[in-house]
Amino acid sequence: MRNVSTIFQRELASYFFSPIAYVVISVFLIASGFFFAGNLQFWQEASLKGSLDSIQFFLLLLTPVITMKLFAEETKSGTIETLMTSPVSDFDVVFGKFLAALSLYIVMVLPTWIFVLFLTIFGNPDFGPIFSSYIGLILMGGLFVSVGLLVSSLTKNQVVAAVIGIVSLIILWVVGFLSKYGEGWFYETLRYIGTYDHWESFTKGIVDTRDVIYYLSFTALLLFITVRNVESRKWR
Amino acid sequence: MINVKHLTKRYVNIAAVDDISFDVGEGEIVGLLGPNGAGKTTTMRILTCFMPATEGVATVAGYDVFTDSLNVRQQIGYLPENVPLYLDMRVKEYLMFRAKLKYIPRRERKKKIDYCLEMCGISDVQNQITGTLSKGYRQRVGLADALVHDPKILILDEPTIGLDPNQIRQIRQVIKDLGQKHTILLSTHILPEVEMICDRVMIINKGKIVAMDTPENLMKQLKSSANVVLEIRGDGEKIKDSLSNIGGVRSVVWKEKGDASEFVVEAAGDKDIREDIFKCIVKDNYTLREMKRQTVTLEEIFHQITTRETEGDSDNA
Repeated sequence: MRNVSTIFQRELASYFFSPIAYVVISVFLIASGFFFAGNLQFWQEASLKGSLDSIQFFLLLLTPVITMKLFAEETKSGTIETLMTSPVSDFDVVFGKFLAALSLYIVMVLPTWIFVLFLTIFGNPDFGPIFSSYIGLILMGGLFVSVGLLVSSLTKNQVVAAVIGIVSLIILWVVGFLSKYGEGWFYETLRYIGTYDHWESFTKGIVDTRDVIYYLSFTALLLFITVRNVESRKWR
Repeated sequence: MINVKHLTKRYVNIAAVDDISFDVGEGEIVGLLGPNGAGKTTTMRILTCFMPATEGVATVAGYDVFTDSLNVRQQIGYLPENVPLYLDMRVKEYLMFRAKLKYIPRRERKKKIDYCLEMCGISDVQNQITGTLSKGYRQRVGLADALVHDPKILILDEPTIGLDPNQIRQIRQVIKDLGQKHTILLSTHILPEVEMICDRVMIINKGKIVAMDTPENLMKQLKSSANVVLEIRGDGEKIKDSLSNIGGVRSVVWKEKGDASEFVVEAAGDKDIREDIFKCIVKDNYTLREMKRQTVTLEEIFHQITTRETEGDSDNA
């Protein structure tokens, strides 16, 4: 466990050594600012309604870009060999990298509070849904990052990792929509697996334990698979 | 310190390492010698817990590499073949990161890193980004990383590959110095290197150990027919005849060399024929310009052993 923080520090620092962090954050802020303005004009309402959905869509596209290098780069450059032959457990490496990417995600999302600031200056927003939405955003970030991390550990090509990560997240997002087209356990399962349904209640100001458990357990499962996958070099 | 028994690593259908067993004692410098693809790197990767063996047991510093891998990794310093570094970090930062990973207490970190920087001669580039360093410097950063936690055992995969002759000399000296405190297993395919720094040599070919001894003994084994090289002024054919008549000479080969001739005299068996040659030359009144004994180098032994194996294989096929 002690090495989690060592790995975390290095990974987080390396985001800011490279242009990736700056590019991703700027793209995200420009895009979300644009959609915030658009939604505000459309709804004429002091809330983040609508904006958060478009923000979520951009997170879905950009999180895999954050996570793509985590393992793919190490495998390609061979640093995985020095890393894995030092006295650090596979879990420490995976969890440290996860926390670093999640932190960057949070750093990326936090500046959107400026929108909230705007709303309070020019209107009187209801803070309940706003706070719950941000709790939701962070929980969802954990899930997105763990998907990206798993994908990155499966390939040594960063571009492949990003593309497959984005596709997986989109599938995870839309799979819930399919539940509208039928009844029964199958559609019910799809609804449960899809992220959108769980996310929606956060935007309405509800922090439902079921949704929190959904995000946390799904994240934990993906991290577990990632640890196993990193370990698998030992029995492949 | 390193104990390997019947180690085998099989990829889908080829055995990269095939039933090898060896021991490395404390304080020894052992060289793993072999052509490319012989299984050197695979052996090292197994010993450093990067990949497991298919069969067999390996213990390092008393810990099993498979079941006790964290303890093993704490005891070893490993320099992989291509010296992978995080190219976006500064040298000192990188070593600081590695030192933390290897559980060096906060108080000692700076001291140990400074010592390694000094030892590997990279103090003057400590603030440079590793990506901007030349191959030789990266190699030394890798070596400093392997050393930083003062491990009992150093495993170095081709530590001098890609360096210029001066750097090779320096690194060899560093390794030799380290050998006084550490147990070292290094791989290489440069033969003089092994002769210079290793206490013991293992020659490995196609995943099997084909010879294991001190460099001197290996040479002795194959020195039975030592050649003597002579440079004599005079009529080549005549000299050849008189040399051939010396007892214990198996063959004489000669060629013109300026106004003199060069002879290569091969003795039969272990006999030292230099004195006889000298007497013969004095008797016939030739002018001797040079006489030297051609010792068999490790290079030849290596060539003989590894090609002998190959020939054996083709016979079987």
